[in-house]
Amino acid sequence: MEDDAPVIYGLEFQIHIIDFDDENNIINKNVLLHQVGEIWHISASPADRGVLATCYNNTSDSKVLTCAAVWRMPKELEPGSHESPDDSSSTAHTLELLCHLDNTAHGSMACVSWEPTGDGKKVISLADNHILLWDLQESSSQAVLASSASLEGKGQLKFTSGRWSPHHNCTQVATANDTAVRGWDTRSMSQIYCIENAHGQLVRDLDFNPNKQYYLASCGDDCKVKFWDTRNVTEPVKTLEEHSHWVWSVRYNHSHDQLVLTGSSDSRVILSNMVSISSEPFGHLVDDDDLSDQEERRPEEKSQEPPQDSVIATYEEHEDSVYAVDWSSADPWLFASLSYDGRLVINRVPRALKYHILL
Amino acid sequence: MAAVAAGPGPGSGPGDSPEGPEAEAPERRRKAHGMLKLYYGLSEGEAAGRPAGPDPLDPTDLNGAHFDPEVYLDKLRRECPLAQLMDSETDMVRQIRALDSDMQTLVYENYNKFISATDTIRKMKNDFRKMEDEMDRLATNMAVITDFSARISATLQDRHERITKLAGVHALLRKLQFLFELPSRLTKCVELGAYGQAVRYQGRARAVLQQYQHLPSFRAIQDDCQVITARLAQQLRQRFREGGSGAPEQAECVELLLALGEPAEELCEEFLAHARGRLEEELRSLEAELGPSPPAPDVLEFTDRGGSGFVGGLCQVAAAYQELFAAQGPAGAERLAAFARELGGRYFALVERRLAQEQGGGDNSLLVRALDRFHRRLRAPGALLAAAGLAEAATEIVERVARERLGHHLQGLRAAFLGCLTDVRQALAAPRLAGKEGPGLAELLANVASSILSHIKASLAAVHLFTAKEVSFSNKPYFRGEFCSQGVREGLIVGFIRSMCQTAQSFCDSPGEKGGATPPALLLLLSRLCLDYETATISYVLTLTDEQFLVQDQSPVTPVSTLCAEARETARRLLTHYVKVQGLVISQMLRKSVETRDWLSTLEPRNVRAVMKRVVEDTTAIDVQVGLLYEEGVRKAQSSDSSKRTFSVYSSSRQQGRYAPSYTPSAPMDTNLLSNIQKLFSERIDVFSPVEFNKVSVLTGIIKISLKTLLECVRLRTFGRFGLQQVQVDCHFLQLYLWRFVADEELVHLLLDEVVASAALRCPDPVPMEPSVVEVICERG
Repeated sequence: MEDDAPVIYGLEFQIHIIDFDDENNIINKNVLLHQVGEIWHISASPADRGVLATCYNNTSDSKVLTCAAVWRMPKELEPGSHESPDDSSSTAHTLELLCHLDNTAHGSMACVSWEPTGDGKKVISLADNHILLWDLQESSSQAVLASSASLEGKGQLKFTSGRWSPHHNCTQVATANDTAVRGWDTRSMSQIYCIENAHGQLVRDLDFNPNKQYYLASCGDDCKVKFWDTRNVTEPVKTLEEHSHWVWSVRYNHSHDQLVLTGSSDSRVILSNMVSISSEPFGHLVDDDDLSDQEERRPEEKSQEPPQDSVIATYEEHEDSVYAVDWSSADPWLFASLSYDGRLVINRVPRALKYHILL
Repeated sequence: MAAVAAGPGPGSGPGDSPEGPEAEAPERRRKAHGMLKLYYGLSEGEAAGRPAGPDPLDPTDLNGAHFDPEVYLDKLRRECPLAQLMDSETDMVRQIRALDSDMQTLVYENYNKFISATDTIRKMKNDFRKMEDEMDRLATNMAVITDFSARISATLQDRHERITKLAGVHALLRKLQFLFELPSRLTKCVELGAYGQAVRYQGRARAVLQQYQHLPSFRAIQDDCQVITARLAQQLRQRFREGGSGAPEQAECVELLLALGEPAEELCEEFLAHARGRLEEELRSLEAELGPSPPAPDVLEFTDRGGSGFVGGLCQVAAAYQELFAAQGPAGAERLAAFARELGGRYFALVERRLAQEQGGGDNSLLVRALDRFHRRLRAPGALLAAAGLAEAATEIVERVARERLGHHLQGLRAAFLGCLTDVRQALAAPRLAGKEGPGLAELLANVASSILSHIKASLAAVHLFTAKEVSFSNKPYFRGEFCSQGVREGLIVGFIRSMCQTAQSFCDSPGEKGGATPPALLLLLSRLCLDYETATISYVLTLTDEQFLVQDQSPVTPVSTLCAEARETARRLLTHYVKVQGLVISQMLRKSVETRDWLSTLEPRNVRAVMKRVVEDTTAIDVQVGLLYEEGVRKAQSSDSSKRTFSVYSSSRQQGRYAPSYTPSAPMDTNLLSNIQKLFSERIDVFSPVEFNKVSVLTGIIKISLKTLLECVRLRTFGRFGLQQVQVDCHFLQLYLWRFVADEELVHLLLDEVVASAALRCPDPVPMEPSVVEVICERG
């Protein structure tokens, strides 16, 4: 039950590790100092929970360059370790730098994405119009540029966001630049598909459906969230228009991919139920043998109800633009959202819906 | 009279009466009449004679029928004073005298008459005796005459019988002569070609010959006749087969043949075969007119020709057939019906082909007239041959054509609408080339609206022809009910309005998100058009339709309110889309300006950046544009001199509340806390909130979108000190000029405050500019 939240406070940059105790409803905060600069993007290693990567602004005189680095947090702060320090809120810990992802030749880093499965040795980063694949060696203390590709075209092309697909043996990466979404093969570093004009305006974020290998969600400045089948990129499978301003973040639930979370600069977080395009479609009987997992079982009575995509809930706790939303990796019914004013809100999926999905 | 008779004394002479009896008489007689009448219970005479008299049963009434002298006297004595008694006594005496004299006069007058009457009667007695003698003589004479007459008739009886017999013989002889002459007559007739005459002779003789064929002489005649008749039949058939002559002559031939006892079955077949040949000829000529080449004659002429040629022919055939072969019974009728069905089907196919050529366009009135002819012509055979279902089939064709026509008109209306849109696009594009500011949007709107309306009216008028009274098919149930309600009202008018809304809405959904596809002015214009439709035009058009087409059908129709709601929704969506598009244009400008600038190494601001001026200019232009079509709208009341609001409002005056702490990096926590608290009290701003139909609301929407974009872009950048100051200057400039466009200027201030605050947060070295300097710069720029 852990959420990482970058917050900018003046010139002192910190990473807060917020521990949420579900049973007692207690929130615990640990502060890590991030002294090299303000953080623009953060991602945790899927293999080693003490390792994370950040993109940060490096301001020198009149130049701002966004760099990326891999860090390790102190052992006692690693999530899951129960020896919580008593004075966690007063003392700030320092991150241990593992390596820099050297981008001097490529420009500002927009985002870093870890290989979703595997041993946490592979990282891609997006720097201006380059997509860089790094190999982390010697327990992540050294980053070697394995391969790279760059986007050529007229004008200044700049990646805004990227995600590593958990499917296809982790060989696909999707990136967003301006209004287009592109897919890349990490083996050959070549483009495999391109959704031109995926959105009317800038694409802000992407996410892969964790259970359906060709499905991809994107969101952007046209206030829309679109769902794509990457095999047919001419038309979105589904479009949501619930937000009234730019949508900054979209996330599939890790287990129940009909639950989609979006955060927008209209200060709202919206939880939608996309039954019709989820891997648990209504009335579609999959042989459940391998899905004996309790969460995946679907009893018969559910097939009586029509499938309906709907907004489950709109969360309006934020007073300012919401820039990030994410699901808890531990509890599939828990999610957090973060807004400009530094407010972090943790919410649960409504109980009724939870039981509806489970039963 | 009784009253008078009651009192008279016998002594009074006729001379006593002072006045002449002649003058008195009529008056009295009338009185007497009245009495009689009274006596017999006839009351009307009384009413005529006197004013409503006293009660007739009153025993005191002197002239009454029930007068009782005792009662009367009693009454008089009891009631009247002496003087009056005396008066009445004298009065009564006077009356009695007058009556006496009257009576005498009457007796004198009538005495002479009695005497002359007695004389006359005596004379008559004499005359009658003479007459009796004469009558006796007359009687004897008559008896003699009767006797003579009987004798004469007895003598003539015998002769009469003989004469009758002779007459019978004469007739027989004449018949025989006719029979003997028959062969030669027949031959002559055949030679002369008077077939009818021949057949008549033959008919007359046939029965007799049949009867007496055992007599050799008759037999010979019969044989002769049969030979001649056979020849006659031969000739008739020959003539019939040649067929060159028209249907009536053929019918005559067939009639004669039938009279000759030819087998009806065969004749009937042959007759129909001939008729088919003729009718097929007609059909072929019609088909030739269709031809591959463009049809030369117009559709009216075509149906006319078809009507007079084919349908007329069919009618004649049918009438003749029914007349000739009536004896055939249902089988014959069935045969004729099948014949008519088949040929009618082919005719219909031809007509439909011709009408299909007409569908492309052309004159509705002509088409309707053609259909009317077509339908009218087919009514005659339809009535004649109900079984063939020709009239129904014709009605069906007419209905189908009417439906297609409706579809065609709907298509036409749509095309007209699209044409209007194209015109508007061109008009919108053209003046810009000339460098002139804004085409007359209101004018364009009026043009579009009137042109569409006139198209609608034209279409209505055109389809109205189908229901005109004088058109033969207009009273069919389809044209009275379904055509009006489902066809015209629902299909044409409602369908068109719906499709118009859809077309308009499609501009919202098209990939025009990029901003280029649809000119924003067109969106605005369409929105206004739809709104106008909602408020007035729809109900007007529908009322017009209902009036013109007197919809009697009970089937449910779309209510006006539903259509209006649809139109309003379309207008709203278009306007919202307009706001989005225009907001996007300005947003992009602002965004580019923030993203491309190096805010860290910028110089100290001397001027408002050009892009901000551009934003204000564009907003003003949009304001003008929207103002052409939409009303001003309600503005939230504000202090009167808002324009004078100083920069301090969103910087200095709130310094302790919001910004000052953020400029001093020492107290970061407070900043956030305070800013959050402040936000709790300010209302959330819905950036893309629903737009209302007025200028202020539209402008508010656009400005909100633009400023929110500015805010988000600023938050993504890092500013140097002068960068922040430049933002300050820009925002102050915007504040100076944008407030006037929005409904609630507080909103602009809030958003601009937010921008500056965000820029300050994004600045490592936040030293704000002096408000006075900012003002100076803005006023200069």
